[in-house]
Amino acid sequence: MSDVILEARNIHKAYRMGAAQVSVLKGVDLKVNAGEFLAVIGASGSGKSTLLHLFGGLDRADQGSVLFQGKDLTRLGMGGLNRFRNRDAGFVFQFYHLLDELNILENVLVPVMAGCSVGAWLSCRAQARIKAQDLLGRMGLKDRLAHKPYQLSGGERQRVAIARALINDPVLLLADEPTGNLDSATGNSILEVFEQLNRDGQTIVMVTHDARIAHQATRTIQLVDGKIRQGLSEPNLS
Amino acid sequence: MLQLILAIKYMFKRRIASLAVLTVALSVFVTLVVLTVMHGLLAGWKDVNHALVGDCVVGTESLVGFAYYDELMTRLEALPDVAAVSPVVKTYGLFTETSTGYSNGIEVMGIDPVRHAKATEFARFLHYRSDQVGQVFDAVGDANRPGCAFGVDCVLMRDQNGEYPFSDFLWPRDYDVTCFPLTARGVLKRSGVGEVSTKRFTLTDTVHSGLPKNDDQVVYVALHEAQQLSGMDLPVPRISALHIRFREATTINQGTQETASVFEAFKQDCAGRNLAFLLDTVHVQDWKRYCRAMIAPVEKEELALVFMFVLVGLTTVFIVLVIFYMIVSHKSKDIGTLKSMGVSSIQIMGLYWLFALMIGSLGAGLGLGGGWLFLSRMNGVEAWLFEKFHFQLFNRAMFAIDEIPHDIDVSMVVLIGLFALVSCLTGALIPAWQAARLQPAKTLQVSQL
Repeated sequence: MSDVILEARNIHKAYRMGAAQVSVLKGVDLKVNAGEFLAVIGASGSGKSTLLHLFGGLDRADQGSVLFQGKDLTRLGMGGLNRFRNRDAGFVFQFYHLLDELNILENVLVPVMAGCSVGAWLSCRAQARIKAQDLLGRMGLKDRLAHKPYQLSGGERQRVAIARALINDPVLLLADEPTGNLDSATGNSILEVFEQLNRDGQTIVMVTHDARIAHQATRTIQLVDGKIRQGLSEPNLS
Repeated sequence: MLQLILAIKYMFKRRIASLAVLTVALSVFVTLVVLTVMHGLLAGWKDVNHALVGDCVVGTESLVGFAYYDELMTRLEALPDVAAVSPVVKTYGLFTETSTGYSNGIEVMGIDPVRHAKATEFARFLHYRSDQVGQVFDAVGDANRPGCAFGVDCVLMRDQNGEYPFSDFLWPRDYDVTCFPLTARGVLKRSGVGEVSTKRFTLTDTVHSGLPKNDDQVVYVALHEAQQLSGMDLPVPRISALHIRFREATTINQGTQETASVFEAFKQDCAGRNLAFLLDTVHVQDWKRYCRAMIAPVEKEELALVFMFVLVGLTTVFIVLVIFYMIVSHKSKDIGTLKSMGVSSIQIMGLYWLFALMIGSLGAGLGLGGGWLFLSRMNGVEAWLFEKFHFQLFNRAMFAIDEIPHDIDVSMVVLIGLFALVSCLTGALIPAWQAARLQPAKTLQVSQL
């Protein structure tokens, strides 16, 4: 299909834990379509985060391939992978992972700064700041630009993390338990942000252990024992 | 750009960075202060030795000296590179202060003051007659009484401020100087006629060079007096050394080589003469080689200090390494986050190196600035401490220095600063490499947080 932007083909991944080799993914095949909001659910240790890391080019599969817009991520060099992480994929983590030393605006600008030279940054700085302010405004953080992460609530931090993930207009937004560290009400507000983004055309892959949250996605798959459980790779009806 | 911003933020937001800066600053401060003082002492030491000796010495350590020196002088003075030559007799004896009967061993230097002042900077060290060096041995009142100039510590006691109780007028004090006159063959010349080797001198000046050995153990008398006392006057006059000054444009090496050639030719020409064998013990040496016994220990001390401060530098490297290791360990989550946003391993390494460079620059700047401030006020502070608390780093009654050396050598400042930067970069090398190698997937695992 022409609208498949991400595809996992028979991917295997194992980790060494002490003397033992633990197989986390045991042949996962999955396609993600453009504009889709895919939720990956599964019990703790089922390989959800590992799958997300492979999708985001943070790790390499032991076997199989991950294709992004037809390009095999497993064959990309370090430079190619860095470009992919910087421009094509945006990550949102459970624990936000904001940089404590930077204020909110600077945190959002990090991917822009990472992707350009000093000269390029000087020429695009003003534009990038406007874009970051706009994103933060959309996240309801317009008045918190100069605040440090520790001055924000969990939900606000996660909104900053989302703005940071979106600053380079990535094709793919990858979220690893984005509501896992938030209370129910705050989590719901974050989910609303994702839903709105998806309505605007953003492709999202979200990992969660909560089937109730996954229900907000357009499609849900379940990972069980390192494989996709058959029969649950269906579009959600709601 | 990101590296620069993050490095600046790490620099000013993390307390541990201040500790690293402080460590570097302290190391740089101590190194600059100690090496400046030591280097100043050595430079002063060398300068005075050079000033007392001239550029080159043709001489012998033998107490019988060597003959035909006037012919050699004529040849040397004819050289275009030679500015002045001064014949010197160097022997040992005993001096006795006639009024008190106090006596002590002494090194007797016989010089022609005018010639010697041209070949060396002898006049610079005289207290009373530095402007009339020709009259340095002229006794006031008694023209027949030979004068002498003692090393200042032989006749005056220095106080704790480093001051000598000089009066405006040098009261005549008489000293008997006794030597053992030797023949050219090295036997006592006038054995049994003791009074001939003793001569009474009037103190006409003092010599203050700052070299303890010189100021405490040397008396200068006229050349012919020293020749007489040491037995070098007859039948063929002898001396111990010729001190030479080269012209400004002539390098010491060049002048010394030329002098050595002239001396070798002279020695060959003298072959067959009665006292030619005395020339066998004569050496041509530049001033550094001639004074090596005085300079070498201080040079070795300075070298030992430099070595010690290289160790201090290595300690700094280790401290920076530990601090950076701690920072990297603490920041592994941030490194993983940055990598997830496309920051490359090289950029991560660059970030930590930039951070190290900032720590090194700031630490070196603070250390060098503090060192400069301390050195520029050190003597004032020491004087104040002495005035208020009677504390003195160097007791001037014991040590020959007037003030603690504090002139900063720019090349030393540059070297110490560079060494601090290199130390920081070296210390950060392994942690930066470690940070660059961190796998984002591992550092971002929930179990790792």
